[in-house]
Amino acid sequence: MRFAHEFRDPRLGRTLAREIAALAARARSRTSSGAGSGESSERALKVMEICGGHTHTIYRYAIDELLPEGVEFVHGPGCPVCVLPMGRVDDAIELARRPEVTLACFGDMMRVPGSEGSLLEAKAGGADVRMVYSPLDALKLAKSKPEREVVFLAIGFETTAPSTALTLRKARAEGVRNFSCMCNHVTIEPPLRALLDSPELELDGFVGPGHVSTVVGLQPFRFIPEEYGKPVVVSGFEPVDVLQSIEMLLRQLAEGRCEVENQYRRVAASEGNWVAVAAMEEVFTLRERFEWRGLGTIEASGLAINEEYGELDAERRFGVRGARVEDPQACQCGEVLKGVIKPWECRVFGTACTPERPIGTCMVSPEGACAAYYNYGRHTRVGA
Amino acid sequence: MCLAIPGQIVEMVDEEDQLARVEVAGVRRTVNVGLLEKEGGGSLEGEWVLIHVGFALSRIDEEEALATLGLLERMGAEYEQELRELAQEPAGEAAG
Repeated sequence: MRFAHEFRDPRLGRTLAREIAALAARARSRTSSGAGSGESSERALKVMEICGGHTHTIYRYAIDELLPEGVEFVHGPGCPVCVLPMGRVDDAIELARRPEVTLACFGDMMRVPGSEGSLLEAKAGGADVRMVYSPLDALKLAKSKPEREVVFLAIGFETTAPSTALTLRKARAEGVRNFSCMCNHVTIEPPLRALLDSPELELDGFVGPGHVSTVVGLQPFRFIPEEYGKPVVVSGFEPVDVLQSIEMLLRQLAEGRCEVENQYRRVAASEGNWVAVAAMEEVFTLRERFEWRGLGTIEASGLAINEEYGELDAERRFGVRGARVEDPQACQCGEVLKGVIKPWECRVFGTACTPERPIGTCMVSPEGACAAYYNYGRHTRVGA
Repeated sequence: MCLAIPGQIVEMVDEEDQLARVEVAGVRRTVNVGLLEKEGGGSLEGEWVLIHVGFALSRIDEEEALATLGLLERMGAEYEQELRELAQEPAGEAAG
């Protein structure tokens, strides 16, 4: 595949691994002397990859094993499946169980556990739940089944929200009355602020989510160097992309620079895609607050369908109750999402919680940190 | 979830609905191109785009892709050059 295979070239990967090894020592000595403590010179550099897509790339291609000692990854909250709270899943299942409703969702959502089972189990119990690849497929389903109320369960960051927006615009233009959307779209900046304000975390830099930047550009990440003094490199998703982004981050640290850089210039323009942003602005409005699994309630972090498109809002159409459910006691997804513990340190990892029968959302999506560790054999400290 | 893949636009299928046929690793599928910024009204045919949940999200800039790869190649070449120079220097002490 063009524009992908070239960025999987092991030769380029080895070149970058060498550069990274050379830069790591310089970056570490500079960072620890900057911290003003001689004893902390052995502290490892912690780089957070924000997006679950990067977590997946790192373990699929064993990029962590190419890093020198003293540089480690912390996995961020950028997997929309993983951050969806149980209450929202319960609400979706309740919608799906209504006799007139056909619920359409992405495949990733099927196994996400609610307090009483998943959408897959609801389907097995007779609810009409369909997997779709695109929101447009959900709209098509509505047009082909005028006797059904088709609800599209929308999830995703700014990468996905414009596609939902365009689908809603099309539904309204075509007057498709039996189509609506339960909106769970979220934005990337608020959870990053929440993480940066968290005292538990000590991070040295961020690998930024390239596909979010395709839409919103570099602007939403500028506060990280400006207000928190941490560098960011927006990155592509092939192994060479991720390695180059680490190299760029370490170079910034070694040279004492701190800015937002763009490694993924072939796809993400620094100013983003204004057509996609305009589509989002036309259809969505910011919620006052939205609940995030493991991170709690964060202000102005979620999108709802606005007044103008209100007739297409499934929450209004069906009076969705807004269930609030506490995360299961055994589950430590919150600590994993904040990078406080590694997946294998969770007490149910790989035993009670597996990709086949997940307890927590990080084990559900292939981009969740736990699923990535589990699927690529990082079951213990030795393997990790 | 946020995975997206590169594909090449083969032809416009429906101008009004903004649908185009794209080829992704030998598979053809119809995608919506309504999120692409218009560039001087030129034809989209032959363009490489990034596809996410049935929508082309952005154009792929070939020059930028080549620039990135070129930079990495040079990085590798400099290292190879150094290795060669290193190997040449102690010629007198070569194993024998």
